[in-house]
Amino acid sequence: MKGSKLVSILAGLAASAASGAAHAIAWYFQTPASKMAQDIDTLHQVIMWIILVIFVGVFSFMFYACYAHRKSIGHKAAQFHENTTVELLWTVIPALILIVIAWPVTKVVIAQKDTSAPDLTVKVTGYQWKWGYDYLRGEGEGISFTSVLATPRDQIEGNAPKGEHYLLEVDNELVVPVGKKVRVITTAADVVHAWWIPALGAKQDAIPGFLRDTWFRAEQAGTYRGQCTELCGKEHAYMPIVVRAVPEAEYTKWVGERKALASKAADDDTRSFALAELVSRGEKVYAANCVACHQPTGRGAPPAFPPLAGSKIVNGPEEAQIDLVLNGKPNTAMQPFKQLSNAELAAVITFTRNSWGNKAGEVQPAEVKARRK
Amino acid sequence: MSAVVHDHDHAHGHDHHGGYGGIMRWITTTNHKDIGTLYLWFSFIMFSVGGLMAVGIRLELFSPGLQYMDPDFFNQLTTMHGLIMVFGAIMPVFVGFANWQIPMMIGAPDMAFARLNNWSFWLLPFAATLLVLSFFMPGGAPGVGWTMYAPLTVQMGVGMDLTIFAVHLLGMSSILGSINIITTILNMRAPGMTLMKMPLFVWTWLITAYLLVAAMPVLAGAVTMTLTDRHFGTTFFNAAGGGDPVLYQHIFWFFGHPEVYIIALPGFGVISQVIPAFSRKPLFGYASMVYATAAIAIISFIVWAHHMYTVGMPVTGQLFFMYATMLVAVPTGVKVFNWVATMWKGSLTFETPMLFALGFLFMFTLGGFTGLVLSLVPIDIQMHDTYYVVAHFHYVMVAGALFAAFAGIYFWLPKWTGRMYNETLGKWHFWLTLIFFNMIFFVQHFLGMAGMPRRIADYPLMFETWNKISSIGAFGMGLAQILFLYIVVKTIRSGEPAPQRPWEGADSLEWTHLPTPPPYHTFETQPIVK
Amino acid sequence: MVANLKTENRRLSRRLTIVAIGMFGFAFALVPFYNQICAALGVNSLVERSEMPLNSQIDTARTVTIELDSNVHNLPWRFRPLVSELKVHPGELAMVEYEIVNVREAPVTGQAVPSYGPQLAGEYFQKIECFCFTQQTLAPGETRRMPVVFVVDPKLPKDVNTIAVSYTFFEVAGRGGKT
Repeated sequence: MKGSKLVSILAGLAASAASGAAHAIAWYFQTPASKMAQDIDTLHQVIMWIILVIFVGVFSFMFYACYAHRKSIGHKAAQFHENTTVELLWTVIPALILIVIAWPVTKVVIAQKDTSAPDLTVKVTGYQWKWGYDYLRGEGEGISFTSVLATPRDQIEGNAPKGEHYLLEVDNELVVPVGKKVRVITTAADVVHAWWIPALGAKQDAIPGFLRDTWFRAEQAGTYRGQCTELCGKEHAYMPIVVRAVPEAEYTKWVGERKALASKAADDDTRSFALAELVSRGEKVYAANCVACHQPTGRGAPPAFPPLAGSKIVNGPEEAQIDLVLNGKPNTAMQPFKQLSNAELAAVITFTRNSWGNKAGEVQPAEVKARRK
Repeated sequence: MSAVVHDHDHAHGHDHHGGYGGIMRWITTTNHKDIGTLYLWFSFIMFSVGGLMAVGIRLELFSPGLQYMDPDFFNQLTTMHGLIMVFGAIMPVFVGFANWQIPMMIGAPDMAFARLNNWSFWLLPFAATLLVLSFFMPGGAPGVGWTMYAPLTVQMGVGMDLTIFAVHLLGMSSILGSINIITTILNMRAPGMTLMKMPLFVWTWLITAYLLVAAMPVLAGAVTMTLTDRHFGTTFFNAAGGGDPVLYQHIFWFFGHPEVYIIALPGFGVISQVIPAFSRKPLFGYASMVYATAAIAIISFIVWAHHMYTVGMPVTGQLFFMYATMLVAVPTGVKVFNWVATMWKGSLTFETPMLFALGFLFMFTLGGFTGLVLSLVPIDIQMHDTYYVVAHFHYVMVAGALFAAFAGIYFWLPKWTGRMYNETLGKWHFWLTLIFFNMIFFVQHFLGMAGMPRRIADYPLMFETWNKISSIGAFGMGLAQILFLYIVVKTIRSGEPAPQRPWEGADSLEWTHLPTPPPYHTFETQPIVK
Repeated sequence: MVANLKTENRRLSRRLTIVAIGMFGFAFALVPFYNQICAALGVNSLVERSEMPLNSQIDTARTVTIELDSNVHNLPWRFRPLVSELKVHPGELAMVEYEIVNVREAPVTGQAVPSYGPQLAGEYFQKIECFCFTQQTLAPGETRRMPVVFVVDPKLPKDVNTIAVSYTFFEVAGRGGKT
């Protein structure tokens, strides 16, 4: 038994070595894409060299003693046990080295906290388990969307091969213009989260009920990926952050598309959809927003995550379910989903009402819109 | 452990164990050696439980994707692994050392409050049961991390309440134990045993006990507030009622940072006994060691917010805590230099305790240096809550505290049991532990720098290789500890009889004044120390 | 050995117990202490009525942009500012209005918590009148407009030209009890 386990472990290692060829083995900071990340990288290298020199220095004494002052080669122990000069020196010299280190670091700390005069201000809200982005000020003001993990459940559960950006892909990326100072205001709706993009050197906790801020300026166009870094419950591993920095012209174009999308959503509110159309769209919304807790089977994971299959609310009056989905249920993992469009909500509610044996009719966007009042 | 020997060996007619035999003897014992033994076995059991959880964590992290458990259970494992290892394994093992060694090292007949000593121990099994029971509650154990940050704690089930009560009991046990240790050291030293003549192990424990008395009640306060927030409508950490989740973090780390030194200092003490013994040379800079220990303890109360650089403090706060934290490097450096200077021009031999002490010295220093890296705000902001931090504190707690505990066990096992352990097996245990430990944790530095957050059940593909290596290391380190159990049991049952002073350079009272194994009651007439 | 060892031991242990109990109390003392520190440093600037600025000289040379933002935390309310930003001169008295609507068919009580970005600015954002000073109870379906009257202190550091003011409404005594 033991042998077969060992073989499987070795096989796994060999497989990972093979896949390692496709994925460069990451062992150092991601390539910096902002001056802040670059400064952090440089500071780290300087510190590592200082440490390495001291480390090698101290331990060459230790290993030399281990070699030359062995009893087995007949070394007799000296009996000294103090030396004021030496003791004073090795207290004062490290203190001086620390002062030398502290100076450049302090400058970076002050730069890091300076969130004044941004070109673009974005509010980031952490939810269990997704991110909400609101463009507060600057070009694109008024744009608002949520950003949810885009990796399909099948890949996570091992039923499908994992894609290149496994767990680091979202449906809506935070799009920002290259070279502009972006101030990020963080807050959270439920528990503490933390927003982090390693390549941009920006990390800030998102605290429920309070605002905090940080900033970044992407120097090159590109897609930068990070993850939530403060334990926030069950799906902590599944709320990535993706920032796409694009040239200014492209950014303007994106803002236009976003605005058009928003007005289309407003149109959808007055349209009436067929049941099949709602269910198929709802399935996608469900997969992005609901499946983690309520499961693909609709059976949930009681008691924390109740089942939808056969649920009294799902099979009951439409209004109650719409209200619950819009407003959430306080102090449970059921969050408000009012950031989704009326059409999306109508679709996902219709999907739950017509799946897993539920047969409870359809909900149209206009009905959801009415309940928002 | 010696007591197990006594049970099979009634030749020692003068040994008497109070009025009871069998299990009642252990429940009612007020003898410091018995209680020390209880602490040591208890911590080994908790070490095994916490270790199994670690293996579970590493099993899930062997490959990306979810294989063996849902993320909720994964969070429960990381939470309980942390709590059990910190409060159930590392802290009690050093209290076990304190119980066995302090009276013998200062020439006292027993601890100052013998019955209190019994109670402080017997609180622990109840606390441990509560912790383990929480897994079987609806909703399972809390999945909030050992730091138990608000307001995630409010979302947890009954398991959270059991954990809070367990923390209360553990805290109470530590405080009572510490009061006992301080009183024993200050009032019960043998004539002539002045403070500055005490073995350094006793000194580190005296300072640790003060830290415990000051820090543990603060933790009790933090979890009490969590409890009332959960059930009694208070809003200490709830913004809705004027509270603040960040306040919890401040209170927790006001306890949490001294806690780091509570774990590390007794280990420093053990190392300061072991290195001189195997160097056959007195400890270099005894006085500066004492001052450095006290300095570390005092500074530990003003650095707590370096665990919170990313919560969004004012820049002045960040700078203050950064400078204060960097300051810790000075006394810690003094200690490392002193240990190396003790070895310098000694007459070195490398039995298992010395090997573990050297392993400690080398790797604890490495953990100290990554601590210096993390003390710098900009770098910490990049590394905060990543695997770099996980690697850092395991170097401090495992390569620091655990290696020191192993060094101490191999060092004193002959004294406690009257029998020698098998040197060859002991060396195997050391090398296996050392290699597998580094396999687990060295690569985690890379993971953290590359951007892998801690406490995640699943990870992006670029982190796979290091995680595989780390997991294999964890399985290996787990197996190596089975060898450790075998060595200890074999020593107790059939080790070679040990002489009074098996280590040539060991010179504290237990080696110079007491036979091996020491009788059940020692120093009823106190020795005179010159 | 000390002559009256038992008494000595008792005395020392009593003192240490008092220290332990004191430290337990200290944990709770940290709560008001923390709030004081935060107020002094302007970290969170929680629900406190600001003093009237002593010198309300209007500094017309500077213009500060106030960005207004609103959030509700698990509360069936719609809550928004009537304007999303305005420009004021430091020292100038200004007013903005927020609107809340209770969507639920039951009365609900909430408390608004202000927060500022940058945090430092909270110290200079002096509210003369604010709905966040008290709890608000709304009848079912009720709509209410509420003012915030404020002055930006002319002592506002020169490098701050934008202040984000955010209010988050929380349900009072919530925690599932009243759902």
